[in-house]
Amino acid sequence: MSHKTIEQFSEEAKILIADYVTKVDDLKPKERTKIPPQEMPAQDPSTRINNLDEVALGYTMEQARIEAMRCLQCVKKNCVDDCPVKIDIPRFIDHVAHSDFEGAAGVIKEASLLPAICGRVCPQEVQCQQNCTVGKALKDVDKAVAIGRLERFVADWERMTGKISIPEIKPTTGKKVAVVGSGPAGLVVAADCRRQGHHVTIFEAFHKLGGVLRYGIPEFRLPNDIIDREIETLTAMGVEIKTNFVVGKTRKLMDLINKGGYDAVFLGTGAGLPVFMNIEGESLVGVFSANEYLTRANLMRAFDKGKADTPIYPSKKIAVLGGGNVAMDAARMSKRLGAEKVYVVYRRTEVEMPARKEEVMHAKEEGIEFLFLQNAKKILGDEKGKVNGIECLRYELGEPDSSGRRRPVELAGSEFILDVDSVIVAIGNSSNPLISQSNPEMKVNKWGNIIVDEDQKTSMDKIFAGGDIVLGAATVILAMGEGRRAAEAINKMLAEETYSENQKIN
Amino acid sequence: MNKILFKKQLSKDVYLMRIAAPMIAEERAAGQFIILQVDEDYGERIPLTIADADIKEGSITIIYQVVGKSTLVLSKMEVGEELPALVGPLGTATHIEKFGTVVCVGGGIGVAPLHPIAQALKNAGNKVIAIIGARNKELIILENEMNAIADEFIVCTDDGSYGRKGLVTEPLKEICEREEKPNMVIAIGPPLMMKFCSETTRPYEVFTQVSLNTIMVDGTGMCGGCRVNVGNQVKFVCVDGPEFDGHKVDFDNMINRLNSYKEIERDAHNCYLDALVDEKEAEL
Repeated sequence: MSHKTIEQFSEEAKILIADYVTKVDDLKPKERTKIPPQEMPAQDPSTRINNLDEVALGYTMEQARIEAMRCLQCVKKNCVDDCPVKIDIPRFIDHVAHSDFEGAAGVIKEASLLPAICGRVCPQEVQCQQNCTVGKALKDVDKAVAIGRLERFVADWERMTGKISIPEIKPTTGKKVAVVGSGPAGLVVAADCRRQGHHVTIFEAFHKLGGVLRYGIPEFRLPNDIIDREIETLTAMGVEIKTNFVVGKTRKLMDLINKGGYDAVFLGTGAGLPVFMNIEGESLVGVFSANEYLTRANLMRAFDKGKADTPIYPSKKIAVLGGGNVAMDAARMSKRLGAEKVYVVYRRTEVEMPARKEEVMHAKEEGIEFLFLQNAKKILGDEKGKVNGIECLRYELGEPDSSGRRRPVELAGSEFILDVDSVIVAIGNSSNPLISQSNPEMKVNKWGNIIVDEDQKTSMDKIFAGGDIVLGAATVILAMGEGRRAAEAINKMLAEETYSENQKIN
Repeated sequence: MNKILFKKQLSKDVYLMRIAAPMIAEERAAGQFIILQVDEDYGERIPLTIADADIKEGSITIIYQVVGKSTLVLSKMEVGEELPALVGPLGTATHIEKFGTVVCVGGGIGVAPLHPIAQALKNAGNKVIAIIGARNKELIILENEMNAIADEFIVCTDDGSYGRKGLVTEPLKEICEREEKPNMVIAIGPPLMMKFCSETTRPYEVFTQVSLNTIMVDGTGMCGGCRVNVGNQVKFVCVDGPEFDGHKVDFDNMINRLNSYKEIERDAHNCYLDALVDEKEAEL
């Protein structure tokens, strides 16, 4: 497949837009569906496997406008229904079609705080784009209006032009909110609570902010600059930040309330310990959880081999077990770290893979080999205890299981050896035990995830939770959605407290 | 930021530092550790056990051995300088109660984390027998401090340059053979030493607790790098430990995993040493 440069995309778009620009308001639905879907310009695969720069380069202005013109402005907005934070999608897209990018940004910001991040990492094909009328009309979900790319374009435009506005902050209420964890859920809670005039402190265990956005998602998918900008906005809003602070250890959870004077606490501590396969050989040298591998590479900068002190294992042939976004990130990162052969081993087929489609496509372009309907049975090691292969089994798809996906059934006698020197296990996380360990009264489910009510309130007074610590391993946007709900409940609770305090005084 | 308040070289490669960390000083208990970095952007996260704490001064004490580039850089930092990142207290605190007679065995730098545990056990009314050992006299640390706590005190060196000549497992075995067996053994030191202490006590069925220092990145229950096999279960040193039943720990596997990055780290260390030499030469 020949690689198209951003300049080529730009030229094509310029020619196209000349045809449409005068009749942007008069296009009939049929004409709109005939507009060619705009592809995302990307770095050349042969170049990008040697750098950490972002792969997807973003639409050009012309591309964005053309793509926006594909939107039918439906009366029944399936896209909005399927958006976890209910962005008024057709309205923002209409602004893009009319070159009013500032207006578009305003519409998105009404519902979503972190569009530059969501535009990049949301699984749009199973959310807003899934039931898009254009995609339905063209009988191909991949031809739906590229809402995510447009969202990213708008957010990037806002950032590049320096037009990011600091949200208005209400007068100081004297109430204090503690946000534990600076991942997507925590960032949203911090912003939403601060806007109401509460004093907000973010407590982060790591030395850097962003949680999974920084330690988990590689820069080639979400550059650190973007996270930094979001955090700068929070700081400018007056949010206090404490890094190297483990709530439950540096201070006990209840001490935040009893001694620290916080009126509410939001726990967004994220997913916890990695799940392993429970197969023989998992403690051999050369077996890593994706969490460890990615944290070394991303947060600890192991990619910067001359500079970083944190080492990364010198893998040449590597197998990544799993089929989600984390598996894609680990596989593509290992390629960039110098692995010659990278396999993704997944026991179902490509259709069932939970990873974002774009990531799978990019991974394939980068030479990652997918071994579908196969799974590791046993990891093999040499006399020094280092990985030197995996014994795999082949599978076929049987009847659907409780998740609705067809259950993979192993084919007896189909064992074969995959020649690798490293294995990355990317099959999910269990919950982080720190909070529940030190607070036995906190109600958790059998997987250790914190149980919350519809307001994200935990079983403990004044304490709310959201994101992966509640959901198990989920997505950035779902975590943000939970954060938004929690912030609303916290703000309501604090407003009621203030009201009753004032009543007493009067 | 965490300022270095005091620094002292205890032996050739072993340093003691008191570092400002008021909240950690208040919350920490014997057996817990911290993670620090000497550079916020590119430094690695080094787990170190808290050897002592002073709530009044708002400080914690760490004792560490220079084993690679990061600890070498740390050893070159001076009083008044600040560490860019320090987090804790991490891990589960040692369970302290009156067990009866407890043998506290410390090997090399392992005496540093052992000291607060021995103190806590003593305070809880236990009879404390302390055995500390090192390769040679030079490497013995905290002798007076341990002696002050112990009801019975034994020093060993491998080369016989000080105290009894031999390994710590020899007096440990003798104590286990006494008519009144000890109620518990706590062994902290190099992995091999902890392994052999556990093997020594196994036939006598004396519960032996070890404190593991594995590869670790976040230290808060996220990365899974610190996993060890204990019994037939996978345990995580950062949240389930660092202390485990030595009779159940798969030491061989742990030692093997500890060596995962040995070659890379040795190269990095040598590279850094070469650079230091170059700098010195340039200065001359």
